[in-house]
Amino acid sequence: MATHIQPEGLADKGIAGETVDPPVRRERKFGSGVEILLLTIFMVVMLFPVIWMLETALKETKDIYAVPAKVFSFSPTLDHFQNVFSSDSPVFKGFVNSVIVAGFSTLIATVLGVPAAWAYSRFTLKAKKDQLFFILSTRFMPPVVVVIPVFLMFRDLSLLDTRLGLVLVYAAFNLPFTIWMMKGFIDEVPAEYEEAAMLDGFSRFEAFWRVTMPLLIPGIAATAVFALIFSWNEFVFSIFLITDPDTRTAPSAIAGLIGGTTIDWGLVAASAMTFAVPVLVFAFLVRKHLVAGVTLGAVRR
Amino acid sequence: MANTLQTPPQSAPQAERLEAPPAAKRFAFLTDRKLSFLFISPAMALLLFLSIWPLLWLLGLSFTDYSATRDSGWGWIGLDNYIEVLTSPVVHARALTTLVFVVGAVALQTILGFTIAFLISRRVKGRGAITTLFLIPMMLSPIVVGLFWKFMLDVQFGVVNSFLDSLGLGRVEWLTQQRLALFSLVIVDTWQWTPFIMLIALAGLTAVPKYLYEAAEIDRASEWFKFRRITFPLVWPLLLIAIMFRAIEAFRLFDLVYILTGGGPGGTTETLSFNVYKVAFFGFDTGLASAYGILMVVVVTIAAQFYLRYLNRLQES
Repeated sequence: MATHIQPEGLADKGIAGETVDPPVRRERKFGSGVEILLLTIFMVVMLFPVIWMLETALKETKDIYAVPAKVFSFSPTLDHFQNVFSSDSPVFKGFVNSVIVAGFSTLIATVLGVPAAWAYSRFTLKAKKDQLFFILSTRFMPPVVVVIPVFLMFRDLSLLDTRLGLVLVYAAFNLPFTIWMMKGFIDEVPAEYEEAAMLDGFSRFEAFWRVTMPLLIPGIAATAVFALIFSWNEFVFSIFLITDPDTRTAPSAIAGLIGGTTIDWGLVAASAMTFAVPVLVFAFLVRKHLVAGVTLGAVRR
Repeated sequence: MANTLQTPPQSAPQAERLEAPPAAKRFAFLTDRKLSFLFISPAMALLLFLSIWPLLWLLGLSFTDYSATRDSGWGWIGLDNYIEVLTSPVVHARALTTLVFVVGAVALQTILGFTIAFLISRRVKGRGAITTLFLIPMMLSPIVVGLFWKFMLDVQFGVVNSFLDSLGLGRVEWLTQQRLALFSLVIVDTWQWTPFIMLIALAGLTAVPKYLYEAAEIDRASEWFKFRRITFPLVWPLLLIAIMFRAIEAFRLFDLVYILTGGGPGGTTETLSFNVYKVAFFGFDTGLASAYGILMVVVVTIAAQFYLRYLNRLQES
């Protein structure tokens, strides 16, 4: 009977106090505190420039040049953003042109790229792998080098200073990406769907158009968004191929702001923020495909 | 009784209805061969027109003394341009600058990117939000990044110097002092592209199967052992892909130099890309710039082939 009686205090702990936390636990907790601290530091460093630029865009001009820098104590104003969108703004036209150029080049790249990607995905072609590698390696060419012959070519075709020229260049620049990215999406749609449709009497083209295509819409949307971001952000071609203030795109218009002797940093910051926000929104929309997108469709999980 | 063995009379018309009339075969004239040609050739045509043809043109120009500003008179000069580029001490200096930049920036990005990815992968809560915030710099245009940092690193009213000042340290000429300017470029490039390495490393880290860690746990393996023998070997191939990709991009660096330093001070931040630009658009020596460019294209193509072959081997295994 006495064996049934447990010493006081051990009642909740089970036999031999097994449930006492092993020391590893505590060490882990301490370690995770350090980890959180490190992550926070990294995060502050990474985000500070963005926040600082946003603050600059919202500050009054005299606060921008204040020494020491005013981090918290400033009165916000929307003047600089108003200047970006005003009628005599040097950058507003650039934004409009950027929308046109990015939009049309993405459209062309998508219309040409999706069928090509489908053909590469479904058919056995001669040296298919080499062709695909070749297509992607054109994207790795240094832009400054490619721009030399393109510049001469456009001069002969009088495409310099035109939006059409830039649209074509960006379409060619986005095509390798579109093909690779879309091939990944198409590979995920079983070819059996099309074969089944062809057994039902559809032709190959109809099977592609009516069966596979509807399934590809989300993939096409994601690919197009990336192409849009790439053309929107592109800088080298835009400054070399267009110098005319009426047709130039936003990157070269914004770069033009720092060319003079005095720089209106408030306007620069507001323009840069206006330029960056659409990209961030779009990137957020396609965040699920970001790994494939930023590696030009080469790495897929 | 015999009736039940017979097939029900209703089934006959049903079977007949199942035989659907053959759908109209529109576009049947498009055989697979024609279709693949029709689908691929427009894309190829655009690439030929704006990627391949320019490169061939560049190759042709590289053997001439053509100049874009004087249209009359140019002649074949054979390999002279190549010899000039390869023996020029300026080009050697620029190549060294580029190499220092590529190695410095990519190494820093890899270490930081992998560290951040590793830290994030150990978090359970808020992983998505943290990752999204970290990715912001990568999505920005180089022009935006360049301007952010040009403003922040300004000698007089830049916020970095302002902080240094209030800490009692002196002001630093980040972009106009020799040696330091290249370091500033490395810092800015690292700021922008660390998220890239982080994103890919994170994809690799989250793909490591949990059971490996559990097995190691049973064997009472140390954290360091788990990292060295499980985490790192499994993430390394993907990390290498990211590193090669970044190295190729860093080799082509132009935009940050253009905005931040303009190649100065004293040419210490002039990368190969920027030097080509100067030769082509300031020296107007188009032939020489073409030879220069072709040599860069050769380097990039070799690097890209390595990258793509490795990627291919990885996907097949």
